[in-house]
Amino acid sequence: MGDSHLNPLEYDFIGARERTEAKRKSAGEKLTSLEDAVARVKDGDHVSVGGCLFSRTPMALMREILRHRRRGLTLSRNLTCNEGEMFMAAGAVSRVVTAWMSIGLPWGVSKILRHYVESGAVALEEWSHLALGLRFRAGAMGVPFLPALTMLGSDLVGVSGLKTVQDPYTGETLAAVPALFPDVAVLHVHRADRFGNCQIDGYPHMDADIARAATTVLVTTEEIMSEEETRRYPDRTVIPGFVVDALVHVPFGSFPHECYALYEADYDHFAEYTAAIDARGPSAVGEYLERYVYGPPAWSDYLDLFGGERLALQAKRAKELTR
Amino acid sequence: MTFNASELLAVIAARQLHDDTTVFAGVGVPLLAAALAKRRHAPRLTMVIEGGIIGPQIAPGRLPVSTNEMRAGHRATMLPGITDAFLFAQRGFVDVGFMGGAQIDQYGNINTSVLGADYWKPKVRLPGTGGANDIASLCREVIIVTAHEKRRFVERVDFVTSPAWLRGDGSRRAAGLRFGGVSRVVTTLGILGFDPDSKRMRIEATHPGVSTDTVRQNTGFALLEAPRVEVTEPPSDDELAMLRALDPERRFLGT
Repeated sequence: MGDSHLNPLEYDFIGARERTEAKRKSAGEKLTSLEDAVARVKDGDHVSVGGCLFSRTPMALMREILRHRRRGLTLSRNLTCNEGEMFMAAGAVSRVVTAWMSIGLPWGVSKILRHYVESGAVALEEWSHLALGLRFRAGAMGVPFLPALTMLGSDLVGVSGLKTVQDPYTGETLAAVPALFPDVAVLHVHRADRFGNCQIDGYPHMDADIARAATTVLVTTEEIMSEEETRRYPDRTVIPGFVVDALVHVPFGSFPHECYALYEADYDHFAEYTAAIDARGPSAVGEYLERYVYGPPAWSDYLDLFGGERLALQAKRAKELTR
Repeated sequence: MTFNASELLAVIAARQLHDDTTVFAGVGVPLLAAALAKRRHAPRLTMVIEGGIIGPQIAPGRLPVSTNEMRAGHRATMLPGITDAFLFAQRGFVDVGFMGGAQIDQYGNINTSVLGADYWKPKVRLPGTGGANDIASLCREVIIVTAHEKRRFVERVDFVTSPAWLRGDGSRRAAGLRFGGVSRVVTTLGILGFDPDSKRMRIEATHPGVSTDTVRQNTGFALLEAPRVEVTEPPSDDELAMLRALDPERRFLGT
């Protein structure tokens, strides 16, 4: 089935530790612009993406990375949605590390995934959902791997590069799931204070692990809360400020994806997007990039393409769904 | 009452679940089956959903289309996150895992990754494992729920995404998979199981009006047969009414 593309730098726990030790870990101001935040992303970086599928995707940050015309990136995310398709079509990504990719069941197998992976233009490195979660957790823990009982015996072992280890106590064979220390984490959260202390409502996904695993952490937030609010509810902080490098206040920062209890994903938008691909093939994503990514300069211009009425409707639906 | 293939699958799958147990279920027919079981005969059943959700109450007319969207967590008892949801299964807390599959072989292994011989340049790239490999590896027992089609039931899958009995002969155990494995395959034609020794797939039951020959004709490999092949009870009016109430929009039950 071919060799794995696993990059040894991803599980180099000593290098990752040294990068974090050398880093400024400030309790100070983190608020900045999208443009300034994303200037920290370099060509060839490994970028891990928070949220999962069309839930709490850091869409504003990802759009800005595309606007910066980055190249040769590796993207990792447990379930990859149309943001991955946009990175493929933009020529920004050469390798995707994921457990699953397509928009979602009702929209069928991604034709963009098929186009770029079947031609060999993008390498898709597949890990199980749990294994990729444990890669981020091992990264968050600062260890080179975690033992696990999953992925064993499957053909995923060969293509991912997973190795096994013999338990020194019982002699059993275990999966040695390698850590993933990404260069950059891009995350979207519900609330943060200006020092980067972050709160997430609803589904936590893997954001807290990804933040600790990464060298550089970029966060967008729906709402800026006061320091007083953070200190009143410290149990709600899932990412501490000293982990965060840049924070940007971006309401509707996941749209057209969902943000738990705040707005629902725009399924009509997905349907229009996939209908365009069905009609015109992969070039439809190029047109989409022009219209939604390269065209509108600011995030507010981008949101204007959807319109206030649509945003208000999606917000109303989210309230109903989480009542 | 007449019923379609999805309704048949959901009802037969629901009957496989017992009270006071836990089930890992994905969106679509498996989730409907779990929700039906909970409403009908297993009120103390707990659903675990891979989006990181424990104990949701799936609301009629509000069926989730993904395991990570807000509908999937309706009135849940805990949102532990994805990694920890699977770790409950690794720890042995999840009794049954429901799975579908693009390609299934005679040992119950499933392929949802690639068609063709070269993984890096596949003939057809499929979405991938998602949590299927983990469910297949970690649940106490796995039940596959799928339409019975010859192109799905192949002698050898192109790629083992989710391991069942691998190549039989203790190969699952030898690979380090100490627990679980596929016990049954619920299909539109009947219920398949596995020979206890060879771990090859066998016919255990057929749905009313379906012959074992029909099952064989729709399977791409030689099926064994259980010593006694049962005939399933067709879905009752009561089961169908309860099931249809869960999906009034026919989002997953179809037409």
